[in-house]
Amino acid sequence: MSLVLDVRDATKVYGAGETAVHALRGVSLQVEPGDYVAIMGASGSGKSTLMNIIGCLDVPSAGEFHLDGVDVGALDDRRQAVVRNRKIGFVFQSFNLIPRMSAVMNVELPLAYGGVRPAERRRRALAALDLVGLADRVNHQPNELSGGQQQRVAIARALVNSPTLLLADEPTGALDSTSTLDVLGIFDRLSAAGRTIVVITHEADVAEHAKRVVRLRDGRIIEDTRLAPVDGLPPRLKEVTA
Amino acid sequence: MNAVEIVRFAVRGLAANKMRSALTTLGILIGVAAVILLVAVGEGSSQSIQRNIQQLGANTLTVSSSTGGGGGGGGGFRMAQPQEDTGPRTQAKPLTVDDARALADKAAAPHVASVSPVVSANSQAASYEGASHSIQQVVGTYPSYFEASNKPVAKGAYFFNDDVLAARKVIVIGQTVAENLFGALDPVGKQITVTGVPFTVVGVLKEAGSTGGFQDADDLAIAPLPSVQQSLTGFGPLNQILVKAGSADDVAAAQAEITSVLDQRHGVGGTVAADYQILNQATLQETVSAATSTFTVLLAAVAAISLLVGGIGITNIMLVTVTERTREIGIRKAIGAPRGAILGQFLVEATLLSLIGGLLGVAIAVAGAQFTIAGITPVVVPSSVVLALGVSVAIGLFFGSYPANRAAKLRPIEALRFE
Repeated sequence: MSLVLDVRDATKVYGAGETAVHALRGVSLQVEPGDYVAIMGASGSGKSTLMNIIGCLDVPSAGEFHLDGVDVGALDDRRQAVVRNRKIGFVFQSFNLIPRMSAVMNVELPLAYGGVRPAERRRRALAALDLVGLADRVNHQPNELSGGQQQRVAIARALVNSPTLLLADEPTGALDSTSTLDVLGIFDRLSAAGRTIVVITHEADVAEHAKRVVRLRDGRIIEDTRLAPVDGLPPRLKEVTA
Repeated sequence: MNAVEIVRFAVRGLAANKMRSALTTLGILIGVAAVILLVAVGEGSSQSIQRNIQQLGANTLTVSSSTGGGGGGGGGFRMAQPQEDTGPRTQAKPLTVDDARALADKAAAPHVASVSPVVSANSQAASYEGASHSIQQVVGTYPSYFEASNKPVAKGAYFFNDDVLAARKVIVIGQTVAENLFGALDPVGKQITVTGVPFTVVGVLKEAGSTGGFQDADDLAIAPLPSVQQSLTGFGPLNQILVKAGSADDVAAAQAEITSVLDQRHGVGGTVAADYQILNQATLQETVSAATSTFTVLLAAVAAISLLVGGIGITNIMLVTVTERTREIGIRKAIGAPRGAILGQFLVEATLLSLIGGLLGVAIAVAGAQFTIAGITPVVVPSSVVLALGVSVAIGLFFGSYPANRAAKLRPIEALRFE
């Protein structure tokens, strides 16, 4: 079975000489399709750097990174944009919706860049919003939505292209506990439906929802625990769906 | 991601900041309108000057004295001709009626069709029953002057050779004089006084129109030569002799004949420099059109600078926009916007600003050209419209490309981190 993610001995160095910062000191991580991985670590552990590399926003200083069998580092600018568009769905801590654009238009955006026709685009965007329970908020602008709702729009946007990997960076960091549960519930259901998810977090609560927890410290993986089998259900699915 | 999509994103981006977009557009609008309007004013003044030169009469040559005896005035434009020979001049002879008669000699000057000696008196006070008006120029001449100087009569008639011989006090007045002295009355047959001397109005000249704001071509009166000499100027030298050649082809030949006749009569030749000058309409026209085209180019250059300033305004505002929307650019890139789409969006935004500004500028310039500006009726030159519009779009592309490139080159990871 081909791996969704295959990071081999990746290092990342910012700056040079005496002021050089080693954000990653040789990280290897393999993720199989359908897995739900939480990457944990304190600030400065290198988890954001790892996420940038996985998200094709940055390239490692050394080492290799394959996404869905493609060596991303070897791709040119244009192809990297295509990879970000087709293979990755991003969910950010600060939602990062585009202001002054309605929810449905925000969700349509990846499809627009992917060259999908307008009618098809609208249909898929509405379906994605329905999936996150926002069918009644499609024409609201981001500033008319609560934080939880904004994050659900962002998840819909990340899902609308049916990406190989859903990548979330502290998705609940800016949310209250109710909204946090909403979002985690969505992730658990997506995982149960077979989506591959990688969540970066420093909250143990969030990590407990994953099937596998990877801990980073000082740019190295120090722990890799499996909470549930890859082809099983996420451990706390029952709680959030109850 | 097709072109329509990119344009839609660009329009949305512009609409998000309406005030800013409007002000930036205004910069280009002013530039384009200025270019078109100033070129139109230049063209308008050039055309009006050309028309006025033609009004002076086709195929005519103006002989005037190059000594002090000529006095001011003259039929319109005077052109200083360089004195090629500054040799000793024993005696400069003024132009006389005898000179005019000699030029009318068919044997000596076969290409000359008519000769009109001219004296003129400037700023003469005229009055009619309490109404008074200072006539800019009173011309004393022969009847052939009307045809040679292209001054047809609208009402009444010319005076005739008989009137000249008898030195009758008859006068043909211009439109401006008629309006100022008579208002709505019919001046023909009425008696006016010019500096105390009574003249009977026999005709009113057809309106010639303004000479581009410099001189009112309708503020004049024409009377028989001896009458004017008797009452206004005295029997001194002529101011000029207006010579009409048989046809346009004869002008050069006529000029040569005039030169030979006058050289002989005035003893010009060898070391003696000519004491008269001959003004040819064709050369005058060339000189004036060269001068007016310089004038037009100068106006256009000033306007082009304002267009350039408008372009810099676009760069400025687009740089602000790109900085302000760095995070948005980062988001778009993170969800897979290719570099081309970002570049296109910002380039189209800049071009739209300049295109809208350009189109509005054309509209305003065309509307403004309907009005008379500083006494000149502007004539919109189509090529200037095309050029100004083209340049404004080019400015959008050129000045927008730097900010757009900056946006497209932003690395998503840095753009996303930007607050």
